[in-house]
Amino acid sequence: MVNLTYDGSWYGFLSAVFEVYEKKFSLVSILKEAFYLPEAFAGRYEVATNKLKAERVWNGLLKHLPVSSCKNIYCCYLSEIPGIENTLLKFIQLAFSTKEAEKAFANPAVLKVSQVAKMVHRERHRMEAFVRFKLTKDNIYFAEIEPDFNVLPLVTEHFRKRYADQKWLIYDLRRKYGIYYNLESVEEITFASTEDWNTKGESSVFEESEELYQSLWKDYFQHVNIQERKNTKLHLRHVPKRYWKYLVEKGV
Amino acid sequence: MSERIREKLQILADAAKYDVSCSSSGSNRKNHNKGLGDTGNGICHTYTEDGRCVSLLKILLTNFCIYDCAYCVTRKSNDIQRTAFTVQEVVDLTINFYRRNYIEGLFLSSGIFKNADYTMERLVRVAKKLRTEHKFNGYIHLKSIPGASDELMHEAGLYADRLSVNIEIPTEQGLKLLAPDKDRKDMIQPMNYLKEEIIQNREEKKLFKKAPLFAPAGQSTQMIIGASRETDKDIMFTANSFYRNFNLKRVYYSGYVPISNDSRLPGLSSAVPTIRENRLYQTDWLLRFYGFKVQEIVNNDHPNLDLDIDPKLGWALRNLHEFPLDINKADLHLILRVPGIGLQSAHKIVEARRFQRLNWEHLKKIGVALNRARYFITCNSSQFERKNYSESQIKQFILASSQSKHLKSITPQLSLF
Repeated sequence: MVNLTYDGSWYGFLSAVFEVYEKKFSLVSILKEAFYLPEAFAGRYEVATNKLKAERVWNGLLKHLPVSSCKNIYCCYLSEIPGIENTLLKFIQLAFSTKEAEKAFANPAVLKVSQVAKMVHRERHRMEAFVRFKLTKDNIYFAEIEPDFNVLPLVTEHFRKRYADQKWLIYDLRRKYGIYYNLESVEEITFASTEDWNTKGESSVFEESEELYQSLWKDYFQHVNIQERKNTKLHLRHVPKRYWKYLVEKGV
Repeated sequence: MSERIREKLQILADAAKYDVSCSSSGSNRKNHNKGLGDTGNGICHTYTEDGRCVSLLKILLTNFCIYDCAYCVTRKSNDIQRTAFTVQEVVDLTINFYRRNYIEGLFLSSGIFKNADYTMERLVRVAKKLRTEHKFNGYIHLKSIPGASDELMHEAGLYADRLSVNIEIPTEQGLKLLAPDKDRKDMIQPMNYLKEEIIQNREEKKLFKKAPLFAPAGQSTQMIIGASRETDKDIMFTANSFYRNFNLKRVYYSGYVPISNDSRLPGLSSAVPTIRENRLYQTDWLLRFYGFKVQEIVNNDHPNLDLDIDPKLGWALRNLHEFPLDINKADLHLILRVPGIGLQSAHKIVEARRFQRLNWEHLKKIGVALNRARYFITCNSSQFERKNYSESQIKQFILASSQSKHLKSITPQLSLF
């Protein structure tokens, strides 16, 4: 048994897959360096991230799988679920050895990949829906999020296309990075400290009209509701409580 | 100023909320002009406490109305506060909500003031301003006002993604009773005009890519359920004819919320028929995605849907001679007819069985609701329901094994006194 550790990056993971084939490892487990604990009866192999090797794996996958299934692999990687690398490895091995492997839903790895990818897609979709921009004084539409999975790379295109004529910034507080659109392109950014805007209070950071539009949105949300049809269970299923913190209309 | 706009929004959102259409999908208006917005699959940005999705800013331009339809809150004789937005106010609200990612776009309806053309002209003006002055590529859904001129209707189609006329009452007799000033023909007329225009536009699009978009998300309509004494058969046959004859994208069913003590309508204390509404939507899905014909689900022998079981299960129980199906052999269109198997599961089954024969465990993992499906299928296993259960036995077993979310409201409550 060998533990393959990689740096946690997407190219790192693909490089690890490459090593499995090159070194002909059979009993193997891939995990992030950060999660590695020495084990008595297992060796360790540290994978060096190598862009060329990673791209060879990726191009190989594109030859053996439809694009949608390749994207699913990337989504599963973004889920950051412990152990997902090993499910992905099984799936990739199956894909390289069997035709149309992505359709063998009775295989546990195939089913798991399709299910986890679906979870990630759902979270991505939720972020496209639940991001709430606030207009700052320097004319940037700013939003904070704490998604379950690392979905910022998946929503970039959506927001870039949609808000092409306004500057915007979405910051993932859990993973401590954000994406910023400067009217030309989207770049990844990190803040040295998040205290800046938290301590100053809303009024000094945000544009004057911001408060009015937030109240208008809250009013609208209240008044479009039909009391006679109240259905809290359904409401909670669609808008789970963990997202309320950043939803203007739920106003926590 | 801000207080006035808040008050207007409250009143005109309240008046618009009974229109259940919320879809923001089906259009494909891309952001080519570096403007604001991009339209795709549609997103539900939030959900109200009644569990309905909020995707569009759904408001009336005004709640002044010359009509007196018994089922409508904005009817002339109702004593409520009346107000109206200016065109600019609607535009500002839409743009500012959209920029904050609150909404997918605008759904603008209106009470009829003065006459049809006057009202329609204002709706079109809002859409035109958004599209031309603000380079807005978000979703716009406009009401087509019955009786408005073809020119206005055409212009509306150029700016809007979707247009709709609400038929409201499923039968003509019901409409005569509840809305004596309205005529079914006037409602159908714009639908027909738009259908022709949309077909013509699609043809032009094939020839010239640059031909302008015309209502790319098509038309929809809505029927109120339980306000007049129509059967589910009346409703579904009407819906079916709309899908067929007018190429509608969607028919919405809206359970009547009691808003009046008019003797022609259910009383103020009556409950909203939400279960019936749910069963109608299920039937609608069976027609559009599962290959069922409307007469198979509702007909003269079964004019109403069962409230305690879903319509597909109801059909299967009446047609036990079609089952059991072998899941490893049967065609996709037959698998789609099995209760407890949805669209996605059906497709997964057909893909997966090419690699190995499927058993109960596989089916369960794929997502089949076995508590219903197992009475109607066989698979790669020696265990299956072999007894010749009767229709009512199967129904009892299924009801006993499931905890329907509706159960509480179906069983008549025991009264203590």
